[in-house]
Amino acid sequence: MSGLRVLQPGILSLPQDSGRFGMHGIGLTTGGPLDCNAFRWANRLCGNDQSVSVIEVTIGGLILESLVKTTIALTGAKIPLMINKKPVALWQTHGVNPGDRIELGFATAGSRGYLAVAGGFAIAPIFNSASTVHRESLGGLCQDGSQLQAGQLLPCHQLKKHLLDHRIPPHLVPDYTGNSALLRVVLGYQQNAFTSLQKQLFFTSHYKVSASSDRMGYRLEGANIAPSIDGILSEGICMGAIQVPADGQPIILLNDRQTIGGYPKLGSVFSLDIGALAQLVPGGIVNFETISMDQAHNLLALYEHKFNSTQLQLVAK
Amino acid sequence: MTDQQYTISIAGENSLIVYFADKPTPTIAAHIAQTAQQLRDSIAQVLIDLVPSYGSLLVIYNPLQTDHYAVRAAIRQTLSNLTAHNRQTEGSLVSLPVYYGVEAGPDLQALADRAGLTTEQVISIHQQTEYRVYAIGFAPGFAYLGEVDPRIATPRLATPRPKVPRGAVAIADRQTAVYPAQSPGGWNLIGLCPKRMFDPHATPNMPIQVGDRVRFTAIDKQQFLDLGGEL
Repeated sequence: MSGLRVLQPGILSLPQDSGRFGMHGIGLTTGGPLDCNAFRWANRLCGNDQSVSVIEVTIGGLILESLVKTTIALTGAKIPLMINKKPVALWQTHGVNPGDRIELGFATAGSRGYLAVAGGFAIAPIFNSASTVHRESLGGLCQDGSQLQAGQLLPCHQLKKHLLDHRIPPHLVPDYTGNSALLRVVLGYQQNAFTSLQKQLFFTSHYKVSASSDRMGYRLEGANIAPSIDGILSEGICMGAIQVPADGQPIILLNDRQTIGGYPKLGSVFSLDIGALAQLVPGGIVNFETISMDQAHNLLALYEHKFNSTQLQLVAK
Repeated sequence: MTDQQYTISIAGENSLIVYFADKPTPTIAAHIAQTAQQLRDSIAQVLIDLVPSYGSLLVIYNPLQTDHYAVRAAIRQTLSNLTAHNRQTEGSLVSLPVYYGVEAGPDLQALADRAGLTTEQVISIHQQTEYRVYAIGFAPGFAYLGEVDPRIATPRLATPRPKVPRGAVAIADRQTAVYPAQSPGGWNLIGLCPKRMFDPHATPNMPIQVGDRVRFTAIDKQQFLDLGGEL
């Protein structure tokens, strides 16, 4: 199979599909796209099933040469995209031909871009997923958790003709400028180990994203909310869990999180807000508010309905 | 499970966590393993993943297909069935060979000195216990085994090693484990196990699962090498 040749891999470019599920029992985490909304739109634009592989590009710098006729789309962070040196729009499909140079610059707002191709990148799964988890040496092109390297081929199918150019309705394009996010939280786990004063402090303070944040978790700096207990018997950690070690500085655990851990947790960040968090760069400001389980479930259902019922817009040539 | 106190708490918008006990015991481990097994069948359509651990079970479901009320009800149903129909399961008994000694276990001498024992005594005590697999996690294939005899229980190293070799047999407090892959680690190393604890290309990927029992058996250097061990 032919595909797209990696001329320059950029800072951190990782093949990701929707994630690795059902494997927590042997200690495997989920992986998958940090900004699920942007990931899903990238696939939707290219007419793909919602679970196929895209490339998650952190910050930017990826340069590819197309060896095939196909259609691509880049969503997520505001990363300048050029095809044969000509700037083209994000959140929109573009036809490419053999010999075309696809060049991603560096993000000016947000930090994670999602590059999809019609039919998805054909990357062999391991444990039912192509998602790259560096910490576990699993997934990706070589199945060993490594990021893209110059010279590699990203396999994808040749199209007989390009897809019609489509974009998502402009009002649905998220705004990542400002480097801040309001995160909704479902309280849970050891929430009773935090005093009401600590909770109040947590929900009224600004937290800053630390430089040591990555796909495993986002570390925050701000008001100290050390719980009344040091540790707990190690237990399962779900997506978005807000873990508070003894130093009182919260860590929000993300896609590449450890599957079990022994620090007290306040609850979890609502999944629809995790993308906004993961688009922040160090120094970004985070605020929190609570929502109930029922609100969270309603919002998820509403999001799903809107995602599925939204019509893509045809772009005039 | 009328004699057992359990609570079901919210973990996140797609997860509930069942707390069975605040201390691990073989009975609790068996109950957790059994509950996980039954939920895999009873809510298969909406189940995304399960994380069994020492005293709890995290249940992750698809919130577009069900809600936490229905999942709670399914969990309660499963827990009540445990008393009604099931006895404590024993899990499989798995024997793991270990090449003990200062060559394979750089912390063995210090651990023995701290415990006021000889290295031979430490090796013998480590083999006397039948361990329970309480949890698998943190990293792929990392199984937490307990509980270590208090005489050889030893706190983690003050400074973790940047590289612990694959197969390292180690002790941290009253837990013991075999490192499934080379990784950083702060546990006390007392030997090496030639058996692969996690192999992404093998079936099954791991020789043990949560709820199983493990015994360690001493082998000598030649046997270790014959079994594919590397020093």
